[in-house]
Amino acid sequence: MKQIVASLLAVLVWAVSAPGVVLAQGGPLRIEITEGVVEPLPYAVPDFVGETAGAQDLAQQIARVVADDLTGTGLFREVPREAHISQITSFGSPVQFADWKAINAQALITGAVSSEAGRIVVKFRVWDVFAGTELGQGMQFAGTPDGWRRMAHKVADQVYSRITGESGYFDSRVVFVSESGPKDQRAKRLAVMDYDGANVQYLTGGNALVLAPRFSENGQRVLYTSYETGMPRVHVLEVGTVQSRILQGQDGVMSFAPRFAPNGQTVVYSLTQGSNTDIWAMDIGSGGTRQLTNAPSIETAPSYSPDGSQIVFESDRSGTQQLYVMPASGGEARRISFGQGRYSTPVWSPRGDMIAFTKQNAGRFHIGVMRTDGSEERLLTASFLDEGPTWAPNGRVIMFARETQGAQGSSSLYTVDISGRNLKRVRTPEGASDPSWGPLQ
Amino acid sequence: MRLTAKLTMLMAVLAVSACTNANRFDNDAVDLNAATGSAGGILHGSASDPSSPAYFQQTVGDRVLFAVDQSSLSPEARATLDGQAQWLLTNSDYNAVIEGHADEQGTRAYNLALGARRANAVMEYLIGQGIPSSRLRFVSYGKERPIEICSDESCYSKNRRAVTIISAGLTG
Repeated sequence: MKQIVASLLAVLVWAVSAPGVVLAQGGPLRIEITEGVVEPLPYAVPDFVGETAGAQDLAQQIARVVADDLTGTGLFREVPREAHISQITSFGSPVQFADWKAINAQALITGAVSSEAGRIVVKFRVWDVFAGTELGQGMQFAGTPDGWRRMAHKVADQVYSRITGESGYFDSRVVFVSESGPKDQRAKRLAVMDYDGANVQYLTGGNALVLAPRFSENGQRVLYTSYETGMPRVHVLEVGTVQSRILQGQDGVMSFAPRFAPNGQTVVYSLTQGSNTDIWAMDIGSGGTRQLTNAPSIETAPSYSPDGSQIVFESDRSGTQQLYVMPASGGEARRISFGQGRYSTPVWSPRGDMIAFTKQNAGRFHIGVMRTDGSEERLLTASFLDEGPTWAPNGRVIMFARETQGAQGSSSLYTVDISGRNLKRVRTPEGASDPSWGPLQ
Repeated sequence: MRLTAKLTMLMAVLAVSACTNANRFDNDAVDLNAATGSAGGILHGSASDPSSPAYFQQTVGDRVLFAVDQSSLSPEARATLDGQAQWLLTNSDYNAVIEGHADEQGTRAYNLALGARRANAVMEYLIGQGIPSSRLRFVSYGKERPIEICSDESCYSKNRRAVTIISAGLTG
């Protein structure tokens, strides 16, 4: 049962110490995401039971999304439905644990869907097969039928959370730039999607060049840079109404690379005056601004610590792009990146313990993570052009953009675990770049 | 004469990359010959009128190129900008917007700031040559608007540019 083999060490050639997954020995069903590498936990999720007429299709689809979520983490492996011995035909019937043990499904998820008067109810239970007990308690979610994917994600978040002890990230959205057209005529528009690429909605038309949207902490607002006026300027968009306005707009002055403070009231961004780019903060309510850096070099890509007390940013004051941390009010900054190459686009993790970044070295781009003091640097990816990491709400997964080389090159979104494992492309209808992962809903 | 200067400048920039790939250098030399050939066909339409924006673009030269991650002006770039300044002094009805650009080898925000440095270097130079700052402004597109789309130095060297766009000067 416990096969903790270093079979994936090859993937971790850059890793100093890679968090991994360990199946706890004996005791209750549990994955601990710690050091080491592993065998994913086998589980079964038979079709949910359709309890009312017409709910059967939805019941099947919901079970499939739950499976996609769990298997997609790389921490779980689904036992194929063809191998199932028992069929779950009633949500209330006793589970035949021996049948699930026989196919080595360590966890079993059962569920049912009913539909009535334009509302659906999804209920589920998680079972520890080898212990012969329920893990946690049965739960149910209710909503409109068009929200079925969200309900499936909520089920999967519960399962993930009960088995790993950490919060999930499936019921979350990502705002990004959707790209179409060739490299020298690329059209870009803002879009938002579920974390898995489903339910894409466009937030702007393709007329004005738009860059680097960033969600607010509660996911209700998006900051981005738009060339609508001819100059790059920071805009803020209300996701609910899809209304946007210029946040920072002095004529003839470029502002870009915005990001919200955790309080949702303060915005940090870069402002270019003459040849010099510095970091500023603005109170979104009063419009009052404050200059946080004052150096002749390029200071950009600011990102707050989750407690709002510090800002990590990039600067080329040393001659090349490196990462620095300063108090949120500005003042003296300390350099935290010292490895080979150039470091950029730092983003503080939601847990506060790490900083993700882009690194350029020897003609390659990497996404990496380091401790907030710059120690334990670990590169997770390598390609012709990887850039712009953003953290999953639980701080376990990073999404970023990868651009392929050459005249036909295009950009796509990928996710990777902070262990460097489980690199996956996120399916989007068109090219995609500049992802910003929103909160767990 | 100016074409010669331009060619020399391009060669100088390319020579930086040539040490990593000698064949690429040869390929670029061919490209440059082609470019020289097309620039030979300027005596058509408004481009033959020395006071036209088309003349500025094609004959004076509307762009200067930069080395990797640099915004300093080479002697060849200065020569081109001397010509731009002369043209702008003569044709005082026109204003100019200087667009700064970077190649794709860099992150998005940094390249925006780098493009601004390049455009501003051009603007400062033109101001130094006597062009009123009220007639000039700049914008950076970072790596968002490449003109060449391959992923090697032959394209990158042309994308690391500042382009002076002539506009009617009604608003001053």
